[in-house]
Amino acid sequence: MTMRPPGDALDSGPGPRRALSRRKAGRRLEERLVPNLLLLAALVSVITTVGIVVSLMTEAVAFFREVSLLDFFGDTKWTPKFADQHFGIWPLVAGTLLVTAIAAAVALPIGLGAAIFLSEYAASRLRRVLKPVLEILAGIPTVVYGFFALTFITPTILRNLPGPFVDTSIFNALSAGLVVGIMIVPMVASLSEDAMMAVPTSLRQGAYALGATRFEVARRVVVPAAFSGIVASFVLAISRAIGETMIVTLAAGASPKLTANPLESVQTMTAYIVQVSMGETPFGSIEYKTIFAVAMVLFVITLAMNIFGQWLVRRIRESY
Amino acid sequence: MRAVAASRSLRSRKLKAMVSHALFATATLTGIIVLATLLVRVFMEGLPQLDWGFINSFPSRLPSRAGILSPLMGTLWVMAFTALFSFPLGLATALYLEQYAPQNKITAIIQTNISNLAGVPSIVYGILGLTVFVRWFSLDRSVLAGALTMTILILPITIIASREALRSVPSSLTTASYALGATQWQTVRRVVLPYAFPGILTGTILSMSRAIGETAPLLMMGALTFVAFVPGSDGLARAPLDPFTVLPIQIFNWASRPQSEFQDLAATGIVVLLVVLLVMNAGAILLRDRFQRKIQD
Repeated sequence: MTMRPPGDALDSGPGPRRALSRRKAGRRLEERLVPNLLLLAALVSVITTVGIVVSLMTEAVAFFREVSLLDFFGDTKWTPKFADQHFGIWPLVAGTLLVTAIAAAVALPIGLGAAIFLSEYAASRLRRVLKPVLEILAGIPTVVYGFFALTFITPTILRNLPGPFVDTSIFNALSAGLVVGIMIVPMVASLSEDAMMAVPTSLRQGAYALGATRFEVARRVVVPAAFSGIVASFVLAISRAIGETMIVTLAAGASPKLTANPLESVQTMTAYIVQVSMGETPFGSIEYKTIFAVAMVLFVITLAMNIFGQWLVRRIRESY
Repeated sequence: MRAVAASRSLRSRKLKAMVSHALFATATLTGIIVLATLLVRVFMEGLPQLDWGFINSFPSRLPSRAGILSPLMGTLWVMAFTALFSFPLGLATALYLEQYAPQNKITAIIQTNISNLAGVPSIVYGILGLTVFVRWFSLDRSVLAGALTMTILILPITIIASREALRSVPSSLTTASYALGATQWQTVRRVVLPYAFPGILTGTILSMSRAIGETAPLLMMGALTFVAFVPGSDGLARAPLDPFTVLPIQIFNWASRPQSEFQDLAATGIVVLLVVLLVMNAGAILLRDRFQRKIQD
């Protein structure tokens, strides 16, 4: 290829040679064309990000022309559908955080425990069975989880518990949070396990040689060594919980309020967006624009958490 | 004295080791128990209503006559188009990143961008779909708009899966191809793609099964919740622009009604959805095994 004669010398040759050179030219064209076409496809994902930001921004900017940032972040009431309109984002943020906190309280210990079990205790045969089963948990559609929270966790479990649970409202943050937690367990477990598997065996062997028990090896050697990976799994899973929509729409309710009581109905940012988009909200109205402002907040929070989580993952990859 | 203290601390260390072992095993089992409870409950509630009439009827205000025909067909139509768009797009991006991309800023931006997109909540994709496909492209609430939104939503997963499949191609094969004088594109087309194909196909099917269960984005776009209409019944060519609903949206619709008859219907809908998912996943595994055997032969 590099010995190619200059100019069109080849093309002036007799028949078969010309065909050969034409094929070569076609091949050369292909070699130049293909990477560019593929790059074009790769750019679709970049365009998607631009599309997300632009589609959120246009309406969000329109929203903030009518509602000041001070009201948005300063007011503590969210009542866009009432005559007395208030646009304080905090009730929706509080609802989201309440559900997320419950989910984290479920998923972090269970996920971490499962990861330690899979990486330090389970024989490889057992692990080969357990891991796919846990992955099924991640593959169940969220609307199914929402149905489970609404029709089983709340009526059959929570309401049959003693004490204050008797008055649990049909829609409540607790059942939604518990189920969101179960949903993100596989994420915590598999990302944490990846981090633990990356810890060199020599470190474990050193500790065992000193007479440490399995638990001591896990607690004093493996978990500290995999720490940033474990934190990354927490951050990414919590970000997933914040963005979860169907479970909270079905089970947590539609009453935006500032409360820390998990047995009450609340509303998350995602559930609000669904509620408005399902109603007969005229395009261009202030209520329609609110979903873009809320989605913007959601997008910024989850993006920040994801960037942080990925930075942590990259750090462990570099350290071993 | 010291020997007693030492043996006591050894005993407590051993006890701790045992207790923690049990705790970690319980943690692993918790998820599995919840999964089992969920499945048993859904099937117990849902199976009694599952018959041909349910599959072959439209949704209705009367629970006894309600069926799942239009959501089921809607899901199949949307998924068919999603597969059509996301397979080539995901593969092309993966090929670029694995085979062609130079180590520069643009490549770095594309890569970070893909991993960030994977973490964007699905409802945000719904807003993107609503703004770009439904309004700017005036596709309205059509099968095509839904499929495009789903394509964008699963693109990061498709790309990541395809990249893994491409990475599994042994470098000895590509090196041999180059040694025979093949160009890069010839190597990609004749060596890399055939070898990685089963993996790419499996990855695509698995990411599609993620899309099948997605509710929020299509709900956002306004995929109607009551549709007594199968896309394509006014002529197949018009199907892409027909309105539609999908299984998870119909399930959501039934689940959010207070009457217990509708809750049972939701469970039946879930059974259908889970069966569709099971068939797809089993299909992916079968395909992979078959192709793998072929390559090994």
